Amino acid sequence: MKPAPFDYFAPNSLEEALEQLQAAGWDGKVLAGGQSLVPVMNFRLAQPGVLVDLNRIPGLDGIEVDPAGNLRLGAMVRHARLEKDPTVARVAPLLTAAVPWIAHPQIRNRGTLGGSLAHADPAAELPAVMVALRARFRLRSAHGDRWVDADDFFVGLFATALEPGEILVEVLVPAASPGDRVAFLEVARRSGDYALVGVATTLRLEAERLVDLRHVLFSIGDRPHEAHAAADCIGQQPTPELIEQFSLAVGREIEPADDIHASADYRRHLAAVLTRRALTQALRSGGAA
Amino acid sequence: MNEPNPTREIEFEVNGTTFRRAVEPRRLLSDFLRHDLGLTGTHVGCEHGVCGACTILLDGQAIRSCLLFAVQIDGAHLTTVEGMTPEPAAPMHPLQQAFQRHHGLQCGFCTPGFLMTLLPFLEENPDPTEDEVRHAISGNLCRCTGYQHIVDAVLGWARERAAAAAEGEGREPTP
Repeated sequence: MKPAPFDYFAPNSLEEALEQLQAAGWDGKVLAGGQSLVPVMNFRLAQPGVLVDLNRIPGLDGIEVDPAGNLRLGAMVRHARLEKDPTVARVAPLLTAAVPWIAHPQIRNRGTLGGSLAHADPAAELPAVMVALRARFRLRSAHGDRWVDADDFFVGLFATALEPGEILVEVLVPAASPGDRVAFLEVARRSGDYALVGVATTLRLEAERLVDLRHVLFSIGDRPHEAHAAADCIGQQPTPELIEQFSLAVGREIEPADDIHASADYRRHLAAVLTRRALTQALRSGGAA
Repeated sequence: MNEPNPTREIEFEVNGTTFRRAVEPRRLLSDFLRHDLGLTGTHVGCEHGVCGACTILLDGQAIRSCLLFAVQIDGAHLTTVEGMTPEPAAPMHPLQQAFQRHHGLQCGFCTPGFLMTLLPFLEENPDPTEDEVRHAISGNLCRCTGYQHIVDAVLGWARERAAAAAEGEGREPTP
């Protein structure tokens, strides 16, 4: 198979990459892991004239905890590393729970965090996780850096706040609070496929009452959707009745579309079922020490 | 858009042999291996990262060669299925023999991808459970075997290897 011809740059520094990307304008595309970009290029659904490959730039694949306790992840950290990293598991257990659901082992060996986020597939796992975790993204251009909240970053179907000439270089995930409980679930037709519906949940109890509940659904619209109904649960005891009520409310508040993979009704049904399971599982998990 | 695209010089290693070649940037690694290097053991199926037939090792890790451009492998070490039996007359790799014994293939189209996926997996997980094996091969499609005989081959070889290692250490093999 032959993608359309393109100019290829493999710079050794971020500065060079930014220059090349800037020069290419709308015709330029960043190549990270290539696990989403190369398939669409193979089908010629995308025909970028210039590819700027980030794989030879050192320093973009750090996994660190900053003095404030936040997890700082380089954009070129590959999924397989996220999956096994003990620091990620400690500071952002929801991320660790989500990564094994991404495609297959061979894809996770190559695919990157930043690539998944910048691609912004509405059926992908990581955008939903980042919205649930209140992550922030550092975008760099030739003019400097700016930080964008995950919730503002995903603006629509495969669309993000990234401007031409900008590169997503780093992800900041606020540290989980002690006692945060998480769950990640999805339903796909085949193992490793994109989800028909998926949910990412993080919650915290104090004195047996919910003081925090962030529940994000994906593959039900053009971007991750954080359940509004969560606000009604705060201050309440997470009884089976409350969970049931919340699950049904979530099924009602989303507006999924019919497509060849699932009907809108089936997606609403799955959203409610997965919501119930995720909350039950998170409550059972007991939370971080 | 249609003028000839300039080629790039790349140097890399495949199965222990160093190569130097000029490639057009859009050349997929899978096509490069087959057409430019003549290593046709790597098969090409879906060409969009779903079927796993083109799986090879890049610096020891299983990856899809249809989702990489050849120009990206400058300086890398690759292993293809040909690397499992470096000498044509040598016996097949024990994992290949296990596939043969357990009927882990019928048409054989998917087999190179399965083998390359399983080699690093079995390095990391010398004693896998059936569930772990099924997850490991979840990114490889086989339309002949229903996967059962592939799983049998992997578990069979893992057991034999453990038994041989135990014997080598002078202990009784576990039944």
